[in-house]
Amino acid sequence: MSNNHVRVLVGEIAEEQESLSLARLCELCDGEASLIEELVDEGVLEVASAGEPRFAGTALRRARLAVRLQRDLGVNTAGVAIVIDLLERIETLESRFGR
Amino acid sequence: MEFKDYYAIMGVARNATADQIKQAYRKLARKYHPDVSKEKDAEARFKEIGEAYEVLRDAEKRAAYDQLGSGPPPGQEFRPPPDWGSGFEFRGAGQPGPGEREFAYSGDASEFFETLFGRAGFAGGPRRRPRDRGEDHHARVMVDLEAALEGGTRTLTLRVPEVGADGVPKLIDRTLNVKIPRGIQAGQHIRLAGQGETIPGAASPGDLFLEVAFAPHRLYRPDGRDLNFDLPVAPWEAALGANITVPTPGGPVELRIPAGSKGGTRLRLRGRGLPSSPPGDLYATLQLVLPPADDAAARSAYEAFASAVPFNPRAGFGA
Repeated sequence: MSNNHVRVLVGEIAEEQESLSLARLCELCDGEASLIEELVDEGVLEVASAGEPRFAGTALRRARLAVRLQRDLGVNTAGVAIVIDLLERIETLESRFGR
Repeated sequence: MEFKDYYAIMGVARNATADQIKQAYRKLARKYHPDVSKEKDAEARFKEIGEAYEVLRDAEKRAAYDQLGSGPPPGQEFRPPPDWGSGFEFRGAGQPGPGEREFAYSGDASEFFETLFGRAGFAGGPRRRPRDRGEDHHARVMVDLEAALEGGTRTLTLRVPEVGADGVPKLIDRTLNVKIPRGIQAGQHIRLAGQGETIPGAASPGDLFLEVAFAPHRLYRPDGRDLNFDLPVAPWEAALGANITVPTPGGPVELRIPAGSKGGTRLRLRGRGLPSSPPGDLYATLQLVLPPADDAAARSAYEAFASAVPFNPRAGFGA
């Protein structure tokens, strides 16, 4: 009988960890700082602190989505903001009323 | 190996112009991109379309591909001709235009593409610069909602990139047992420290980020930290009010249906949604269900009700 060690990996919810610096967010979404700044201007990403910018909450998911939309479908930043709003609206509608 | 009919994949004729091919790609990319697509297996289709476009948009690759004809007869395996590619130099197709994804070599091309066009068929190689930290890996995983409601361990299989000894990245399957954090929401990430790329000799490995999505649940539909479900009620329960028992993630609970409720009325059960911090709410949407009029007693009850209560549901229709 083999000694069956089933190793369980325990992680945390990244969104509830300490907030991300601009550099770290760029790394995690594979995007340029200029894109992150544009997304902040559009109100897609919120800056969590007054001094050096920190990003929390939905920033990681939205930033990664923004990079994919731009890279794969050629959507500009203003368009990304609209697409994100619409996608989230669709998610809420499908949750409320079923698909 | 399996022959790939790139013209069929893109839905264009074999003599399609470059413009027609580009337009077909843009339409299909929007339709099948996993972030905006509702199609089943969107991700696989999107990759297939990207590979087809990579060949057909490049004059050299397209010319070489056209020489293969439309593939072997059904049932026969495809084998590349012995003098394949002679006379061709497969440089990249040049910089992608706006909205054209650079078909980066992620090791996920079909066997057909890899055999015929190989690494040289890709625009640009992987960026390899000396790093002191392994790369973070990202994967999307689908889990059952119970995992987030209770916080259980799940076995997940991911496709992650691995760089072989020859420096060429390819995708491999990796199976992990992961504890799903209780209360995690769709779109949030489980961060597994140190489970990303390991570089021999580098100080620290990268992390692995798992973006969570939920498989459809038989009852609850998540919306952020909240849950929605449909609650069937009888017409008299809605009209007259009732105390009924409803299922919640934490167990059955008594719920008061107010008198005068209607179909579509939404009732909130505070704090009974996902056990996040803070916990979300559970919303019940009333679904009026009519008892079937399939026996004499039911039919006469309906007829009595109709005579006793004059009611025109179409009063405002104007017909």
